[in-house]
Amino acid sequence: MLRLNHLQLLEAESIHIFREVAAECQRPVLLYSIGKDSSVLLRLAQKAFYPGPIPFPLLHIDTSFKFREMIEFRDRYTAELGLKLIVHTNRKALDDGAMPFAWGTQRCCGALKTQSLLDGLREGGFDAAIGGARRDEERSRAKERIFSFRDIKGQWNPRNQRPELWNLYNTRIDPGESLRVFPLSNWTELDIWQYIHVENIPIVPLYFAKERPMLVRGDSLISTEQPFIPRLPGEQPKMVRCRMRSLGCSPCTGAIYSDADTVPKIIEELFTMRRSERQNRVIDHDTDGSMELKKQEGYF
Amino acid sequence: MAAATLNAPGASFDEFLAAEEAKDLLRFTTAGSVDDGKSTMIGRLLYDSRNVFEDQLESVTKASAGRNAGPIDFSLLTDGLRAEREQGITIDVAYRYFATPKRKFIIADTPGHEQYTRNMVTGASTAELAIILVDARKGLLPQSRRHAYISSLLGLQHLVIAVNKMDLVDYDESVFNKIEADFRQFLSRFQSIEPYFIPISALAGDNVVVRRENTPWFHGATLLEHLESVPAGPRAEHAMFRLPVQRIVRPDLDFRGYAGQIASGAVRPGDPVTIIPSGRTTRVKSIVTFDGELNEARAPQSVTLTLEDEIDIVRGDLISSENAVPAVSRVFDSTVVWFDEQPLDPQKRYRLKHTSHQQWAEVKAIHYRLNINTLDHESADTLEMNAIGSLRIEAARPIYFDSYRRNRGTGNFILIDPVTNATVAAGMIAGAVEEVHAKPRDHAERLKSGPVTPGERTLRYGHRGAVIHLGNRVDLVERLERRLFDRGSTVLVLEKWSESWRGALKNAGLLVIVADGNSADFFLQTFDGDIARELNDLPDDDQQAVEIIYRLLERLQILLGTQSWSESAGI
Repeated sequence: MLRLNHLQLLEAESIHIFREVAAECQRPVLLYSIGKDSSVLLRLAQKAFYPGPIPFPLLHIDTSFKFREMIEFRDRYTAELGLKLIVHTNRKALDDGAMPFAWGTQRCCGALKTQSLLDGLREGGFDAAIGGARRDEERSRAKERIFSFRDIKGQWNPRNQRPELWNLYNTRIDPGESLRVFPLSNWTELDIWQYIHVENIPIVPLYFAKERPMLVRGDSLISTEQPFIPRLPGEQPKMVRCRMRSLGCSPCTGAIYSDADTVPKIIEELFTMRRSERQNRVIDHDTDGSMELKKQEGYF
Repeated sequence: MAAATLNAPGASFDEFLAAEEAKDLLRFTTAGSVDDGKSTMIGRLLYDSRNVFEDQLESVTKASAGRNAGPIDFSLLTDGLRAEREQGITIDVAYRYFATPKRKFIIADTPGHEQYTRNMVTGASTAELAIILVDARKGLLPQSRRHAYISSLLGLQHLVIAVNKMDLVDYDESVFNKIEADFRQFLSRFQSIEPYFIPISALAGDNVVVRRENTPWFHGATLLEHLESVPAGPRAEHAMFRLPVQRIVRPDLDFRGYAGQIASGAVRPGDPVTIIPSGRTTRVKSIVTFDGELNEARAPQSVTLTLEDEIDIVRGDLISSENAVPAVSRVFDSTVVWFDEQPLDPQKRYRLKHTSHQQWAEVKAIHYRLNINTLDHESADTLEMNAIGSLRIEAARPIYFDSYRRNRGTGNFILIDPVTNATVAAGMIAGAVEEVHAKPRDHAERLKSGPVTPGERTLRYGHRGAVIHLGNRVDLVERLERRLFDRGSTVLVLEKWSESWRGALKNAGLLVIVADGNSADFFLQTFDGDIARELNDLPDDDQQAVEIIYRLLERLQILLGTQSWSESAGI
């Protein structure tokens, strides 16, 4: 008897989730963050609704500090797939001078990501936001539901989540309340890469190793794409062969030394890598359990 | 991640990658009483199979200082939230992922408090195997019995009893044997699967991943070896084909497909199928996917089917193998686990979600509450949080199902509180209560207890009474009537309206649609008068207008027995 492999099983589950959202929620939106998980999310959405189109728009929360190559990829790929893309930016915070060094990472994220996301969802009247978060990314996400309930302020309460049984999802909400839906909940970083490989899914070139100008500070490799990165006395960027393991804002996303310039090489690297995915992200280092705090405030 | 070895002799990386991508997946759940060392066991499983990253280990090693659990407190690898890290207990279901060269695993880690039965039920609902931890010093506790019973109730295929903390009883074989004998005696009291017993020490690492010298009398597989070798995936014998329709895919006039996840069995083009509830039969024309048409699809794949004949199918319908059709009944018996802090209210109506449909349901009888420690049946007027009971449930419209024992996918349901929107219960269907017998008896009972109430009518019809004025759009009326009628509504079409009829129509609880050649009134109103809406902005296209009205009726909860669904891909 034909056995389904783990990728086929995960795919079947994700497609089922997408179809439930489309059938039961009034105004869903797909939160598109341009990274590899978003690329997989888009492919699964295409599969869920084929031969029809994806029946909801994409929303990108643009902090204005994303890598240039991310924005190029976003515009090209979403146009190629014929998708409706909404870009939302917290202009007011930027006008007030929001940036990671002057404001600190926590406050900057709070304004340009968390607040901006809540504003973007409210302005669009969206009652369900589909995101690419995975439970294996971070400890506090291990308990996240697939259909995660948010109160009228968009906040997450770990003690007030609905039990999820079998594949029966409770999508009932009152006006003003919303759901975050995570079709990739059960995927691991390795599953994502294997799926990208098997499915030949386009991803941002920043994931592939290349010589790039970087500020080298201990183990951290910091992009100089934004001109405001403070320099240490005499510090100059060096050309380093490196790649991004996860994508975010260029000042706050560290690169890793790497030679992996193809998907199989990235997978090979994962097998020998001894550090977890989010470790390269500066944002997780503020306090122990900081992701959980952000989530309670409404961060994805 | 480093668990897989790259330097298998003779294998190229491409071959290695292909083998990695072809791995199967086992979902298991873990349960134990407080302090049985479950988090430590999972941490040990991850650590010894080299699935822990260095930075995670560093953070845990730092946090382990002053916690009395050795240099590395393995339980910290899995205890997620701040609150529980502070209290030192797990409070909810947490999901973990790891892989070995043989297989990928998803763990649903559930806490063992007596009051958290619901968490174990949640974790077990998606699992194929359960590991129950027993403290070697304490033996079989009430919680252990509870966990074993729930594993059986939820229909898991495999059961592992891990007797932990063997280091604290000097690895004494007789302690292990006593617990095994006690457990087997308890398991013999209900229908259970053959369990696998294993002595371990999660703290010292014995028999979790690595075999040590401490239990020379034990010759079985280690825990990980066992997890790697049990058969994974759906059971082959449950082969009746079932596809609950999630969505109608109609991107253009030439294509009409039915999308859903196959709940059981397999399907091939040409297979004869029966559509439930209409009973119409046809054949499968094609299995459509983004990756091309398939020659065969099987549970749990998500696919889109096209059929040879044009049949009216909506979300919530079921495509079944032609002859082995599911049971169809409004009234059924089920085993229910109560999840909510608010106990079951037998007077209340709940939303029932089953496969891809939702509707109203009432509890008709509480047959008994199960005493999970003695397995005795006790009479009860309600079910409190974490209680397990046997209920007779009556749905507003017939549901189509198999018993949970035969088919997990079509035999389960949840109940939702319509006011708080909380998921209040999980249910497993035992079987239908014969409709033909059920109806007259219910009827007789109700005659005794007085006249038919508006609430009873609403439950029967699946909608409240309302009048919809559609001006002079006679064609629209016809289409709306068809749409509502096909969903089982009781519809009355009038060519003109007189206020003098209101009282009679209100009592009848009907959905009334009015189109009068001379009228310019576009609005809807319930007979109770609590809801009224203008309908002035309806599109000219009749079909679009029907959809808008239909959804409005759902949103206003005038239509109760159905739920929102989008027929066309364009939302």
